[in-house]
Amino acid sequence: MPQIQIPSPLRQYSGKQASVEVPAKTVGEALDGLVSQHPELKRHLYTDEGKLRAFVNVYVNDEDMRYLQKEATKLQDGDTISIVPSIAGGY
Amino acid sequence: MATLSELKPIDAKSEAVLSNDEILRYSRHLIMPEVGMAGQQKLKAAKVLCIGAGGLGSPLALYLTAAGVGTLGIVDFDVVDYTNLQRQIIHSTADVGRKKLDSAADKLKAINPFVNLRTFDTKLTSANALDLFRDFDIVADGTDNFPTRYLVNDACVLTGKPNVYGSIFRFEGQASVFATEEGPCYRCLYPEPPPPGLVPSCAEGGVLGILPGLVGVIQATETIKLILGQGDSLVGRLLLVDALGMKFRELKLRKNPDCPVCGTHRTITKLIDYDQFCGIRGVESAPQGATEGKMAEISVEELKKKLDNKEDIFILDVREPHEYQICNLNGHLIPLNDLPKRVGELDSSREIVAHCKMGGRSAKAVAFLQQSGFKKVSNLTGGINAWAERVDPKMPKY
Repeated sequence: MPQIQIPSPLRQYSGKQASVEVPAKTVGEALDGLVSQHPELKRHLYTDEGKLRAFVNVYVNDEDMRYLQKEATKLQDGDTISIVPSIAGGY
Repeated sequence: MATLSELKPIDAKSEAVLSNDEILRYSRHLIMPEVGMAGQQKLKAAKVLCIGAGGLGSPLALYLTAAGVGTLGIVDFDVVDYTNLQRQIIHSTADVGRKKLDSAADKLKAINPFVNLRTFDTKLTSANALDLFRDFDIVADGTDNFPTRYLVNDACVLTGKPNVYGSIFRFEGQASVFATEEGPCYRCLYPEPPPPGLVPSCAEGGVLGILPGLVGVIQATETIKLILGQGDSLVGRLLLVDALGMKFRELKLRKNPDCPVCGTHRTITKLIDYDQFCGIRGVESAPQGATEGKMAEISVEELKKKLDNKEDIFILDVREPHEYQICNLNGHLIPLNDLPKRVGELDSSREIVAHCKMGGRSAKAVAFLQQSGFKKVSNLTGGINAWAERVDPKMPKY
C-alpha cells in the first residue's frame, strides 16, 4: 500500500501521525483517501475551489508529481508520497 | 544533479595571497588536495552575504569566518533577546539588548581577524536588495518569513547570484542551492507563498534549538563548495532533514520553464512589493471574520479590571497543553485546532475572552466563534505575553 509522509506542520491535522497508509492506484486517489481519513487536512491542502494549494508540493518517491502525470500518476506498491509544504523559519 | 566544476566559477583574484599567519591558520585546509593553496585563495577572494544573524545565520557566519571566507557581509536590524539564546549561538547572555550585528561582529573578529566583515544595519527591502547583492558572490538566506524568502530569491535571480537556502520548522529543515544559471530557483519549487497564518512561524510553532545548527552548517558547507568548485552541490536537489526521525532525504528539483522570474517567459523583471505578494494571496482563504475587520479586542489592563470587579468573564485559552503548563490565566483550555469539535463546551451567553501566546491564534478562534454565532467574544490583545509584561511581572514570558 502506498505510504503518504506528512510533514510536521500538518501533523496536527493527521492525528499526529507522521505517515499514513492509503490504498490507492494513483496519486489523486491517495490524496482523496488521505483527506477522507483526516478531513481537517483538506482545507490545508486544497483551495475552496478544490485545487491543490500552490505552496504544497507532492512528490512520488523523489520526483515532483508536476513533472510526472500529476494526480493521474500511477502508484506501485511501496511507493512513498511526500507532501512538502513551504516553511520559512530560520531566525 | 550539477557537478560544481560545471557551474560558473567564483572569480578568485590573484591578489588573494596568504600571509604566513594565514597559512598556519588554514593548515588543515591546505593539506587537503580538494582545497589546497588555490582553494584557500578562492575562499579569501570570495564575498558572501548572510541575510540575518539569527538561528541559521549564527552557524553560517561562524563557520564561514573560521574557514577563511575573505569578505563576509551580514544584514540584520534586530536586537538580541533571551528567547534567541536557545539556538542563536553567535550571541551570549551578556549580549541581550545589544544589536545582533555588534554581538556577531565581536565573536567573528575574535575567531578570525583576517576576515573583512561588512555589516548592514537594515531590513532587507526591495529598495536595497539589488545594490547589496551586487557587491557579493553568493547570498546565504537565513531569514524567517515568506516575503523576505521571495525577495532574496528574486534579487538573487536578477543579480545572478546563487542563493544558498535553508529553512526550519520545529524538527524539520530544508536546504538547497537556488538561482544558479543552470538550476531551479525558489519560485520553481514554490510559485506562491501560503496564505498568512496557515504555516505557523517559529515564534508560534517553536523550533528545536539544534535544528538551525544542522541546517545552517549544511548551508555553510554548500557555500564553501560553491566557492571551491568541488563536489556535488544541492543545485537541483531539495534536502529534507528530519531531526526527530534523524532522517535525511532528498527530492529532485527542476527548473520550471513557466517560472515567472527565471523561466522562458519572465513576468517578474524587477523586485516587487513582497508583503503585498504574500498578503494578497492570503485574503482569499483567511477566515471571513478576520477580513471584516470587526474583531473585538480587549487589552490586558481592561481584562484585569473586569476580573478585579468580579465580572463574569470566561477565559478561553486556545494554546497547546504544553504551553498551558508554562503559565496560564486559569482559563479553559481548548487548543485552536480542537475548537471546531469542542465548541459545545462554550456557553455563548457568557462574555468570552480568548487568548493565546501573542494574540494570533486567538484572533482566529474569535473569528471562528463569531462565525459560529457567538456575539460576546473578544480577543486578548498581545496574548498572555502582554499579561506577563504589563499586569503580572512574576509570570514567565516565553
